[in-house]
Amino acid sequence: MADKLKLYGKEFHSRLLVGTALYPSPAIMRESVAASGSEIITLSLRRQSPAQQQGKIIWDYIQESGCQLLPNTAGCKTPKEVIALAEMSREIFGTDWLKLEVIGDDYNLQPDPFGLIEAARELVQRGFKVLPYCTDDLVVCRKLLDVGCEVLMPWGSPIGTGRGLMNKYNLQTLRERLPDTPLIIDAGIGAPSQACEAMEMGFDAVLLNTAIAKAQNPVLMAESFRLAVQSGRAARNAGLMLKRQTASPSTPTLDMPFWQQTISAENGEKV
Amino acid sequence: MQLLVNGETKNFDSAQTLSEVLQKLGYSGETFAVAVNGDFVPRATYEQTSLNAGDSLDIVAPVVGG
Repeated sequence: MADKLKLYGKEFHSRLLVGTALYPSPAIMRESVAASGSEIITLSLRRQSPAQQQGKIIWDYIQESGCQLLPNTAGCKTPKEVIALAEMSREIFGTDWLKLEVIGDDYNLQPDPFGLIEAARELVQRGFKVLPYCTDDLVVCRKLLDVGCEVLMPWGSPIGTGRGLMNKYNLQTLRERLPDTPLIIDAGIGAPSQACEAMEMGFDAVLLNTAIAKAQNPVLMAESFRLAVQSGRAARNAGLMLKRQTASPSTPTLDMPFWQQTISAENGEKV
Repeated sequence: MQLLVNGETKNFDSAQTLSEVLQKLGYSGETFAVAVNGDFVPRATYEQTSLNAGDSLDIVAPVVGG
């Protein structure tokens, strides 16, 4: 049975989205993205002089990747900055998809919920398909849906920390209260086991960058994440057992040999 | 005319359109985008966009991102 990720009317086989930053080299970045199986990659825009060549390197890769591009607004702190950068992204990358970031705190790069909602409202009105990087606050998430976002990307933990799913209660609440909204865990994932756990919890996809790019072997780590996300999704679809407090034997107890002697011994009787 | 280009002060001989300034700075192709004083300027309007002394230009290009 097809189990595709559906975002803004497009379907994807992969449920792993990856960033393109922090790799040891452009070649390792390309190889890692391929190993991840990702069909959606994040990018950005920065000031550049004509003499700088990084723009050309990433542009050449974009042309050949075949991936859905997801430009971000990383570093923006106000809706005005976001709108300008979003429009520049749309012109250059030729897509109205946008990973919306409005940073509210430099220390933990926490999204500014007020700026996020204001910017999302304006961007949706301008025709952007907005994927907001947000906190795990249910009310903020609802407001983002109200202004027209169709996908939400709550953080697992702050960007680049590798701390995994920091507040599972909030995340579980989001999943339960927004059952029909595509939810992508974005940021803070440090290990494939954490990505797997997010998928087991029912999240639709995972977006990460640092955990792959900063691994000793990024290509192998990308493959590890691909497998972990697939495994977690399959487990979610299969249906996890319920946790319980007391042990329960998995081997049948009926017709267990020696049981009379064991009970007698436990009662202090001579056998 | 003095302009602030990506945070650096640059001088130009006379009043210029955005299109002329970009050409003098060496920008070509379609892998860059421009904002003037923080507002996006669509590529199709570069020739009609007049610049004033003190204007601030942000010229950006694709980079890797997370």
